[in-house]
Amino acid sequence: MADKATLVVHSGDMDKVYSALIIANGALAMGMEVSLFFTFWGLQRLKKGGLESGPLSRMNMLGLGKWMVKRKMKKAGVASLEKLLQDFKELGGKILACDMTMEIMGIEKEDLRDDLISDYCAVGTYISEARESRVTLFI
Amino acid sequence: MSEITVDCTGETCPIPLVETRKALRKAEEGDIVEVIGTHPSSKKEIPMAVRALGLELVDVQEKDGVWKIRIRR
Repeated sequence: MADKATLVVHSGDMDKVYSALIIANGALAMGMEVSLFFTFWGLQRLKKGGLESGPLSRMNMLGLGKWMVKRKMKKAGVASLEKLLQDFKELGGKILACDMTMEIMGIEKEDLRDDLISDYCAVGTYISEARESRVTLFI
Repeated sequence: MSEITVDCTGETCPIPLVETRKALRKAEEGDIVEVIGTHPSSKKEIPMAVRALGLELVDVQEKDGVWKIRIRR
């Protein structure tokens, strides 16, 4: 079994995308390989301009809750999702995009941040990566 | 051999860990990477990462809530 982590990013909620990227960057920093498989609502966050646009998973209150949490995060010195994503790529992380989601949601490659995406694929690729990973998570 | 300093003062999870890894990747074998920070858990976790990466933890110091970790690549 490889020293590898494979995460499904199904949620597009801001806080859950934070969890996924923090865990992914931590794993890379500790010497693991990491693949992030973006699907459904998670894939929306890879649209151009979409990364920071997800709601909070709880108490979003039409964006008021998100605004308050973002303000607190800024005060606490929490990195932006954009910085986490750039660090993820710099440390050699791999991003996979679910092509079935693209089809059902009418997302074209041009709509996505293609430069970040290593491959467009389906469940077979996810399983072939996950079956050799010590850590797998569904977020 | 050179010495690289990474200042993560005021940064929180996961930045000190990530910046340490970024600096170690850029360092040459034998270089010393010194990380300075204030995030409490990172003081424990950066040494965990150093062990996981099979590198040498040279020194860990803390004074007035500011820690300094020295790693040899």
